[in-house]
Amino acid sequence: MDRRQFLKNTTAALTVAGAGVGPWRSAQAQAGPIKIGLLAPLTGVVASGGKEMVEGVQFYLDQVKGEMGGRKVELVIEDDASNPDTALQKARRLVEQGNCHMLIGNLLANTGLAVANYVKGTGTPYFIPIIAADDLTQRQRIKNVIRVAGYSASEFTHPLGDWALKQGYKKIATISQDYTFGHEQCGGLAQVFTEGGGEIVQQFWHPLNTADFSPYLGQLADLKIDAVFAMETGADSTRFIQQYASFGLKAKTPLLAAMNGTDQSVIRTLGEECEGIFSPAHFAEGSDNPVTQKFAKEYEAKYGKIPSLYGFSMYSGVMWIDAALKRMGGKVEDREVFVDTVLKTELDGSPLGKAVKLDAYGNPVYDVYIRKVVKRADGKFWNVPAATYPNVSQFWKYDPETYMKQPPYSRTFQGIKKG
Amino acid sequence: MTTPLAPRDFRIAGMTGRAALIAAIIVVAAAALPMVLSNYQVGLATEVLIFGILALSIDILAGFAGRTSLGHGAIFGVSTYVVVYATAHAGLPPATAFAAGVLAATLVAAIFGLLAVRTSGVYFLLLTLALGMIIWGICLRWTQVTGGENGMRGDVRPAVLLTNSAFYWAVLASAAVVAFATWRFVRSPFGLTLRGIRDSESRMRSLGYNVPLHLFVGFTFSGFFAGIAGALYAMFNNFVSPSTVALAQSVEGVLMMTAGGVGTLFGAFVGAAAIIALENVVSAYTERWQMVLGITFILIMIFAPEGITGKLRAILTRKVR
Repeated sequence: MDRRQFLKNTTAALTVAGAGVGPWRSAQAQAGPIKIGLLAPLTGVVASGGKEMVEGVQFYLDQVKGEMGGRKVELVIEDDASNPDTALQKARRLVEQGNCHMLIGNLLANTGLAVANYVKGTGTPYFIPIIAADDLTQRQRIKNVIRVAGYSASEFTHPLGDWALKQGYKKIATISQDYTFGHEQCGGLAQVFTEGGGEIVQQFWHPLNTADFSPYLGQLADLKIDAVFAMETGADSTRFIQQYASFGLKAKTPLLAAMNGTDQSVIRTLGEECEGIFSPAHFAEGSDNPVTQKFAKEYEAKYGKIPSLYGFSMYSGVMWIDAALKRMGGKVEDREVFVDTVLKTELDGSPLGKAVKLDAYGNPVYDVYIRKVVKRADGKFWNVPAATYPNVSQFWKYDPETYMKQPPYSRTFQGIKKG
Repeated sequence: MTTPLAPRDFRIAGMTGRAALIAAIIVVAAAALPMVLSNYQVGLATEVLIFGILALSIDILAGFAGRTSLGHGAIFGVSTYVVVYATAHAGLPPATAFAAGVLAATLVAAIFGLLAVRTSGVYFLLLTLALGMIIWGICLRWTQVTGGENGMRGDVRPAVLLTNSAFYWAVLASAAVVAFATWRFVRSPFGLTLRGIRDSESRMRSLGYNVPLHLFVGFTFSGFFAGIAGALYAMFNNFVSPSTVALAQSVEGVLMMTAGGVGTLFGAFVGAAAIIALENVVSAYTERWQMVLGITFILIMIFAPEGITGKLRAILTRKVR
C-alpha cells in the first residue's frame, strides 16, 4: 500500500462525505411563513409522550388551518431521541439550518436544559410546555425561554401539601424517582406540609425504570403514616400503582400522586387500581368546564384517546404563541418584541376554560385542581377536580425573592422544616 | 494488502515528502471548509473532527494492539465533565480547565489500563464496558457534583472561539496535531511492539518484551487522546449529561472507527464524517434513522469489513496494479 494512494483515497472519501452534507442547505425567503421548530422525543425511552406532543401541536394547527397571526405556519419536526446531545444538535439544525423563528417542545428535563443553554446564546425564543425544571423560570431564568402552558415541578405539589394538611394527614411518606424532577416535586410537598405542622416520616428514592417496588412497598406497609405521596412517571407509575394495589396498600393508606402519575398517558392502560388516587394539576380532563369538555371530546374523536398532559400542554402552548402573534400582527422576526408580547399575553380560550397569565419569570399562574381519578360511564378512568386552589404561582405563598434564596430542591434539600 | 504501513524509503520528518504535501493539502482544504459551508454545517464538521479524534484514539488500541475498547466513551466523557465542572463551578479559565479535563481522562485511562491489560479479546471488551458503566453510574448518581440526570451547563467555550468557524479552526488544528502524533506513535518502535503484541502476544513475551507494560502505556496514551476529544466536546456543547459518558457513546466511537477502517488511523475521520452525515441526512426524512444506520453498518460489515477507507484503498490498489 502506497501512502500517497492512501491519502488520496482518504481525500476522496472525505469529499464524498462532504457532498452528502450538501442537499439540506436551503435558502431562506425573508417574508415567508412562520417557521416553528418542534423538538419531541419520537424515539427513545419517552417516545409515546413525544408522539402525543406532536399530536397536540398538529391538532391546534389543523383547527386554525395552518395559519397563525395572519401568516402561514411551517412546522418542522425533529426527533430529540430522548437524548440531550441529540436534542442540542437538532436545535442547532432547526435554528442555524432551518432558520426557525422559534423552538418549542422537548419532554425530558435534560434535553430541555441543553436546548435552553443553547438558545441563551442565540436569543431564539424557546417555549417549553412540558419541561418542568424549576430553575429555568427561577434561579437560572433565561428571558427567551418561556414556559407557556407548562408548569414548574414544585408548582402543584405546594398546594397538594396544603390540601394534605386540610385532610387531617399528620404523617406522610414519599416515594419518588431519583432525579431532579422527582426531587423538586417531593420538595414542594415536603416544604409546605412540614411548615404547616405535618411530618415527612421517610423519603424513598429509587432509580428510574424500577421493575419491582416490593422492597419499598414492604417498608411503606410497616410505617405508621396517614398517606403516601408517589412521584412517578411513565411505566414506573403504571407499575407502582399496580403493585401498590396488589400489596393491599390501596385499601389501607390513601395514595397521593404527582400530576404525571395519574396522567392519561399512564391511567389509560390501568383499571380499578388507579381509582381514587389524588393528584394536583392545572388540567383535569374530567372537568365539567364546557371548554375543557369540548377539547377532550374533540381530541378523543380525532386520536381515539383521552388527551394527556402532553397533548394538552403542546396544544395550549401553541395557542398561547398564536395569541401573542395575533397581538403583534405576526411579526415574529422581531424577537425581542415577540418575547415581550408572549410574556404579556393572557391566554383566553385554552382548554383550561379560564384565562391564564404568566408571572414575571415566564411561568404561568394557574388555578390548581386537586384531582381524583374516577371511572367514567364507559369504564375508562379520568381525573376529575375535587378541590381548587385559585391563582397559584410557582412561588406558592412565598415571596419570590426570599424563595429563590433557598437552595433548589434536591435529594439533600427538601425544604423540610425541623419541628 | 491490509497493513497500514507506509513505505519506509526516504522519510522527511517521518513522512515521505509527497505524503507530507498531501497531508498539508488535506488540512488546508479542511481549513477552507467554513468558507463554503453554512454555519450549521461548520458545526457538524466540528463534531466530525471531535468524534474523529475519539475514534482515532480507539483505533490506537483496536488497530494496533488488537484490543477493542468499549470504555473510551466514558474516558471521553470524564474529560467533558471535568472541563464543564471546572469552568462552570470551579471558575477556572478555559485553558486550565481543558488541561484538567485531559489530565483526568488520562488518569482514568491509566486506571482502566491497569485493570484491562491483563485481558484480551471479548474479555477486554467486557471489562472496558464494565469500567465505562461505572463511570456512567457515578455521573448519573453523584447528583451534587454532576447534576445527575440533568447534567451541567456553563459557558465553557472561550470568547475568542465563540463563532462556529473560529472554533472549527481550533478543533481542526487540534485534530491535525493529534492525528500526526498518533501516526508517529504507532510507527515508533513502541508502536511496532504493540503491533507485534497484536499479532502474537506469546512471541513478543518470549522475545523479552514487557507485554502488559506496553499495553498499559498504549492504553494511557489512547485515553489521553480521547480526553482531548472530550475536552473539545465540552467547549462545543457547553453542556454535559450522563449520555456523554454512556455506553452508546463508546459504541458510536467504535462504530465510527470500524466504518472508517480498523487500523487506518485517518479512517477514523472518514467514519465519523460518514456516520454524522448519514445521521443528519437520514433523520431529515425519517425518525427511523437509527434503523437505516443499523442496516448501513450491516452492509459495510458484509461488503467492506475492512471499512470505508480500507475498501477504497483496496479497490484503488487493485486498479493501479
